[in-house]
Amino acid sequence: MGKITALNVNGKKLPVDVDATASLLGVLRNDLNLTGSKYGCGEGQCGACTVLVDGQPIRSCITQVGRVAGKQITTIEGLEKDGRLHPLQEAFLKADAMQCAYCTSGMIMSSAGLLQKNPRPSRDEIISAMNGNICRCGTYQRIVNAIEIAAGTVKEVAR
Amino acid sequence: MIDERDRLDLVDTERYELFASPTYNFEFHRRDFLKAFGAGIVLVVPLTRVLAQQGRSQGESGRGGLNERIPNDIGAWIHIDEDGRVNVFTGKVEMGQNIRTSLTQAVAEELHVPVSMIHLTMGDTDLTPFDMGTFGSRTTPTMAPQLRKAAAAAREVLIELAAQRLNVEPNTVRIVNAQFVNHDKSKTLTFADVAKGQQLLKVIPENVALTPASEWSISGTSTPKMDGRDFVTGKHQYTSDIKRERMLYGKVVRPSAFNATLVFSDTKAAEAMPGVTVVRDGNFIGVAAADQPTAAKAADAIAVDWKAPGQPSNAQLFDLLRKPSAERGGGGGPARPQGSIADGLAAADKKLEQTYTVAYIAHAPLEPRAAVAEWNGDKLTVWTGTQRPFGVRGELAEAFRIAEDKVRVIVPDTGSGYGGKHTGECAIEAARLARAAGKPVKLVWSREEEFTWAYFRPAGVIDIRSGVKSDGTITAWEFHNYNSGPSGIQGTYEIPNQINQFHQSNSPLRQGSYRGLAATANHFARESHIDELAHSVSMDPLAFRLKNLKDERLRAVLEAATKAFGWNQAKPPKDHGFGLACGFEKGGYIAACAEIGLEPAASKDEGRKVRIARVVEAFECGAIVNPTHLNNQIEGAIAMAVGGALFEGIQFENGKITNPKFSAYRVPRFRDMPAIEVVMIDRKDLPSAGAGETPIVGLAPAVANAIFNATGVRLRSLPLAPKGLTTS
Repeated sequence: MGKITALNVNGKKLPVDVDATASLLGVLRNDLNLTGSKYGCGEGQCGACTVLVDGQPIRSCITQVGRVAGKQITTIEGLEKDGRLHPLQEAFLKADAMQCAYCTSGMIMSSAGLLQKNPRPSRDEIISAMNGNICRCGTYQRIVNAIEIAAGTVKEVAR
Repeated sequence: MIDERDRLDLVDTERYELFASPTYNFEFHRRDFLKAFGAGIVLVVPLTRVLAQQGRSQGESGRGGLNERIPNDIGAWIHIDEDGRVNVFTGKVEMGQNIRTSLTQAVAEELHVPVSMIHLTMGDTDLTPFDMGTFGSRTTPTMAPQLRKAAAAAREVLIELAAQRLNVEPNTVRIVNAQFVNHDKSKTLTFADVAKGQQLLKVIPENVALTPASEWSISGTSTPKMDGRDFVTGKHQYTSDIKRERMLYGKVVRPSAFNATLVFSDTKAAEAMPGVTVVRDGNFIGVAAADQPTAAKAADAIAVDWKAPGQPSNAQLFDLLRKPSAERGGGGGPARPQGSIADGLAAADKKLEQTYTVAYIAHAPLEPRAAVAEWNGDKLTVWTGTQRPFGVRGELAEAFRIAEDKVRVIVPDTGSGYGGKHTGECAIEAARLARAAGKPVKLVWSREEEFTWAYFRPAGVIDIRSGVKSDGTITAWEFHNYNSGPSGIQGTYEIPNQINQFHQSNSPLRQGSYRGLAATANHFARESHIDELAHSVSMDPLAFRLKNLKDERLRAVLEAATKAFGWNQAKPPKDHGFGLACGFEKGGYIAACAEIGLEPAASKDEGRKVRIARVVEAFECGAIVNPTHLNNQIEGAIAMAVGGALFEGIQFENGKITNPKFSAYRVPRFRDMPAIEVVMIDRKDLPSAGAGETPIVGLAPAVANAIFNATGVRLRSLPLAPKGLTTS
């Protein structure tokens, strides 16, 4: 079984010592102490574990580390730059787009992936891109609003 | 009508809240407090009923003032430390309902300081006062007033001390910008100046004057979520994020079915793995290892054989529930009969008898149960996401036969609960593994474990028999709920002859609390039946309800929701329908209007898809504490209600859950969301009630009524359309 000895996470090359088949989520959380990405289902159905790999949102719980070694991994911890929040993080706060917030990291990473590809998505495009992420508290309407605020397609908090 | 005492009964009849633990009666000693807090000023808030006893005992002992005895039953306390920080302690827990924010607002309001000066310590059994648990929408009506009193009393004590220091009269001192100032602001003191060197402990008198809602400047405003930045940056540590020195990862080997007995196990292969601890204790079998993959491998390497009895399946569920439980005496809540059903039916022009059912559904909190357990000698500390930290402490003490003061339960702000996290299974399992391993152990349940080994919202059967006159007057109402629960069973319709009764059954699955408890089932049945009655006498559902309702608060939400929705202003488009429902529960009044639309079937095995296009809900829960957070709770309750209304249902067969994952148990997603419009009615003249639960109860009946409006098909089972509209 192959070993993975380093991962590129949030712009840094970090040493690890894990099997290539280990789940990326487990390695991020347990080996690299990057616990912002969450376990919610283990089958890629809820999106709480979403991270970006070369800009693409992926479900880290069903991704083997061997498949992302050498690629650029971005987690929720990598969005804040020099103490300044990412526009999506700001917008989620502004729109109060969370309750328990356990899904929030995954929501923000999925929407970050969307905005990289499509900076001004329509409401329908947002809903399609985000449908794989579950917010059990049901803040969906606010999350859509937050993404629109971050994208600049709406100025204000709806309501 | 039901009177206020009955309403309190209904609130307290949380039959399924699973709280069996005793109440505790610790002796608090002044020196313990002062030792715990060091210098500063401490204000303790006794529970009201204890204050009554206090009054008597104070008379006997002749003590009073600052030397009065510290009561055993304390609801909360506030400590103003020497740095001027305001530290508030409550046994309530935060799990997304935003009470950390609303309680902070309450304290800030009465103390006349910004929320940033206040820090809440919540749900830590070593640091916070005993609390039954965070459920039943009780935080806002009970904990918030206690903290308000403490804060108001603290303000008076501090002003008194500040006045002495400033050498002015107390009534000339005010708190402005977190400072004490005299009449012309020529003299100022900070909170730290006043608290420094103090060793003061005061029990709050009962007659503290509180700021009326009409004068609120912090409560009543949309204070942003406390620690919001930690949540959007991933910094917040949920239980599952906690790491301790030398910590191991646990994994439990689960039985093959419910009620199974372990008849054989071979653990040699797992025990041979380096660093693996295996525990077999009775029916419990689990492992702990240095990392998660090894723990999973070790658990897989254990050979087990379980013996399980034959158990019922979905198909038999409703027949089973209809049989009253013999060991529970078949009893339930009191029927509170009024008048005579026979007379009421005799006076009716139309009679109706119908049965409604609701499925078991799962809470599916996005953070599954998790615990980190650490033994330090004979002292056990467990971090876990539970709604009942003190209840779980009791469970741990009992499981390990140790005294409760040897157990500390700490609840980090948690990834939701919805009534699903009252119990301590995961905490006990982690602690059992940690004791065997001699190291801290983290155990996080898998989604499948959460779906299987937690508990469910009760399924239920509801029979209604009723009579109505041609003019729309309801003359008789007989309502029997089997198993799902008594919450919200009593409607507010003016019916001279009525019985509303709950009957306990033997549930084939483990069941417990859920957001709104049985109020969803009871409102679904009642409000569907009311709609059927309205149609039986060819009346508009709104006019029919208003004809039979006197309760002004309920009429107000009904009128507000229908006005915003445009009820009777336009006919629904083709393949669309409008529906309406209203109700009362836990101090909140709710009315919901829904528009549904029928869409092509998702596959050839399914019927036409029911899509909820639009929902307008009006809600009133007294004085609004935080408009944005209230709005968010109402929207969230509607979103969650979409699942239970349309498609959520636990499937089970012979002791197994057959759909224990998100790919098989469908929860609402972005695409399922209707356009939601919320109308909030702010009654500053009324005490604030909790709002996390009641907004969930109106959606299902409004949707069922809208489906009838669109298709003429009356659906009487929740979920209504898990495979589309299959009965049309």
